[in-house]
Amino acid sequence: MSFLIDRRLNGKGRSEVNRQRFLDRYRRYVKQAVAKSVSERSITDTDGGTSVSIPKKNLEEPSFGHGQGGNVEHVLPGNREFAVGDKIERPRGGGPGRGSGDGEASQDGEGEDDFVFRISSAEYLQYLFEELELPNLTRRHLGSTEVFDRHHGGITTVGNPAQLHLVRTMRSAYGRRLALSAARKRNIESLEQELDQCSDEAQRAELEARLARKRAARKVAYLDDMDLRYNFQTLTPRPICKAVMFCIMDVSGSMDQHCKDTAKRFYLLLHLFLKRHYEKIDVVFIRHHSTAKEVDEHTFFTSRETGGTVVSSALTLTTEIAEQRYGDGQWNIYCAQASDGDNWLGDSARCAQLLQEQLLPLCQYYSYIEIGDRDPQQLWFDFEALQSAHSDRFAMRRVKGPSDIFPVFCDLFRKQEAA
Amino acid sequence: MSFQLSGSDWSFEKIEAIDGEIERLAHERYQLDTYANQIEIITSEQMLDAYASVGMPMGYHHWSYGKRFASNETRYRKGQMGLAYEIVINSNPCIAYLMEENSMAMQTLVIAHACYGHNSFFKGNYLFKTWTDADSIIDYLKFSRDYVRGAESRHGVEAVEAMLDSCHALMNYGTDRYKRPPKLSAHEEKARQDEREQHRQRMVNELWRTLPTHVREKIADDIPKFPAEPQENLLYFIEKHAPLLEPWQREIVRIVRKMAQYFYPQRQTQVMNEGWATFWHYTLLYDLYEQGTIAEAYMMEVLDSHCGVVAQPAFDSPYYSGINPYALGFAMMRDIKRICEAPTDEDKEWFPDFAGAPWLETLHFAMQNFKDESFIQQFLSPQVIRDFKLFHLDDQEIQTHIHVADIHNRDGYRSVREALSRQYNLSNNEPNIQVEDVALRGDRSLSLVHREKSGRPLNGATHEVLKHMHRLWQFDVRLSSVDDNGMISREWQCPEREERQRA
Repeated sequence: MSFLIDRRLNGKGRSEVNRQRFLDRYRRYVKQAVAKSVSERSITDTDGGTSVSIPKKNLEEPSFGHGQGGNVEHVLPGNREFAVGDKIERPRGGGPGRGSGDGEASQDGEGEDDFVFRISSAEYLQYLFEELELPNLTRRHLGSTEVFDRHHGGITTVGNPAQLHLVRTMRSAYGRRLALSAARKRNIESLEQELDQCSDEAQRAELEARLARKRAARKVAYLDDMDLRYNFQTLTPRPICKAVMFCIMDVSGSMDQHCKDTAKRFYLLLHLFLKRHYEKIDVVFIRHHSTAKEVDEHTFFTSRETGGTVVSSALTLTTEIAEQRYGDGQWNIYCAQASDGDNWLGDSARCAQLLQEQLLPLCQYYSYIEIGDRDPQQLWFDFEALQSAHSDRFAMRRVKGPSDIFPVFCDLFRKQEAA
Repeated sequence: MSFQLSGSDWSFEKIEAIDGEIERLAHERYQLDTYANQIEIITSEQMLDAYASVGMPMGYHHWSYGKRFASNETRYRKGQMGLAYEIVINSNPCIAYLMEENSMAMQTLVIAHACYGHNSFFKGNYLFKTWTDADSIIDYLKFSRDYVRGAESRHGVEAVEAMLDSCHALMNYGTDRYKRPPKLSAHEEKARQDEREQHRQRMVNELWRTLPTHVREKIADDIPKFPAEPQENLLYFIEKHAPLLEPWQREIVRIVRKMAQYFYPQRQTQVMNEGWATFWHYTLLYDLYEQGTIAEAYMMEVLDSHCGVVAQPAFDSPYYSGINPYALGFAMMRDIKRICEAPTDEDKEWFPDFAGAPWLETLHFAMQNFKDESFIQQFLSPQVIRDFKLFHLDDQEIQTHIHVADIHNRDGYRSVREALSRQYNLSNNEPNIQVEDVALRGDRSLSLVHREKSGRPLNGATHEVLKHMHRLWQFDVRLSSVDDNGMISREWQCPEREERQRA
């Protein structure tokens, strides 16, 4: 007699707790792997998971066992050529007998490979942004109340039929019927008793008539208007979590593909990070050389222009778009600017002024990264003054290559100590 | 026959029908005595879960299971590892997990293999009868999971994890090889647990009582040696005598010890268990084919898979990874049947007891009363040695070469058989380490002795294991290796002071 059970619907994930314990125990390695993979992997697959490798000797579960050496015997299958008394050269490294190592090889003789496993993309992002936070996150959450959520808010006596609460309605109808019919029922019962005890014909006739009248009197309604109960729904305003991210990049001749890739990594990280905090994110790409232009993503990262560099043109355009399209107070505005630091002589001061007076008041956060290993240019010095004045929402860093991106990113968004 | 299977997809109706048919054959024709079967269909993801928890349907949480899961999952996704068709658990009812990906032919094979082969082995073999209790294992697993969970909430995950780490390191030293254990019972376990905790603590306190006995002079000669006899069950010794463990820690030692005990028979009956199950899936499916219940196409698929399972690559093949227990076990079971049915002169000379005897009885007798080591010693015939072309290598440390000691010829059969039998002897494969002495009135240090066999030293993990031992004992732990002549060849100490290597 066998029982046949379909367990397939029970779902997987029985090992989830154990897996989590394992990840926690080796968190250091996971974090290393994540940080490394950010700087190494191709730009497009930041969405996937990553593999983590841990040196095997760090996660061995030791147990007593025999090491190499001593007198050992083996019985093996598949003899083709050996006869009794044959002598066989000891195999070097592994295999039966003594290897070249000195008994310190790994326990199972498999060599000191790394233990490799994968973490999912969700876990990847979790580790990636673990100790980071968005500055000024809460400021514009409640900017507008145009979106409402409906919540159950109790029971009312008015409403539309679709919201009728059947159980509550029937309950109050039942109570009303009980209450209203009790007196009449008592009346009828007492009349019936009188009738039973009465022997006089005339009196009986009168009693019967009264009884009939009572019985014929209007019965209590089964369901009355006053019984109706409706579900009540309250509307609660939902905080708006919308963000727009401006990517501003210099595409003049001096920015080569390498610089663009570096910048793109930064934008990607920022985008992923914002996605974890906001339900809706717009991205605006603005590129500039001597003039600025809003473009789509593809053009933004691929096409090349030549010509001079006027950074202020991009800032002006950004301000315009921010005011026109995202100026209704519902948007959290983030700007990320990447440049190699070149600028038209005399324009840098204007840039700083533009930022200070127009753009920064609109923004939640403005980050500027300068790519390349040249000495800082004028733009950097002018922005530096800004940074000290607006350290809560303006940050600037220098980046040499792709491998610097993640550390710089972490640096920019490190969790602030509660001050 | 009333029905014939068709189509390669399985369905619950088909599985029920074929299971009934196999059951009829197994019970009536072959007298296989089985626990009731509980067949559970699972997905590959659930199979990965089952892998990680060593096949148990539940268990306490520990990072090492997570590690196993992460590694299996990665290898499986990359295509480096296939999953077993089934996992079967020694419980009553006997739980067998079948993968939903299997074709109907494979499900048939797996039911015969696991639900009637392994199942009857669990119920019939003496080791399983002595060491495990199929009725209560699931309850005990639940008890242990809940206990560990409770301990985690009371004492913190880290403390419990450290405890489990240390116990796992000594897991292979958690069974008495010669003493028969009492049966496991989750019910009594729960009932007696409090009592046990108190009692244990009392006993420990008794042992470590520090109040002075009245006369001080008597110290040296008066104290009896403790333990009186060397103790091989390290976990048991710790559970009963470690001076500073809390009651909950002792309980965790006990849980790990009980799990080790549960797996102990499986480690000793690999060849027999797999051989027995393979023999029966082969026999039962052949019967089904002959009576027309399964068609030729099914049989081809089954045989294809069967041949893969019982293949034995030669020692120099790139696919060689030790002797395949399925291959050796299956060959030996078949050989026993052959010796019973059509004995040659050689067989009559080697196996006068059962050459020509009824095969089914002989096979049942073999299954019930042996473990791998003794099974090979008793039943490995010259025929199988020839078929496998077994040869015996002798690797002496002082020699420059490895010697071929015996091959599959008349002079060699006996010693090949003995050497192979030794190869399956657990006490040869695991270093012999025992508790020798406890300094009761001194520094409370624990002395372990490793008695070398054939001059084989301990491996590089020894010091790590001693650290775990030290975590449990909490006073100094010493280990010395003693060679065949009774000389100490190497010593370890934890905490480490000096590690000397004597020439």
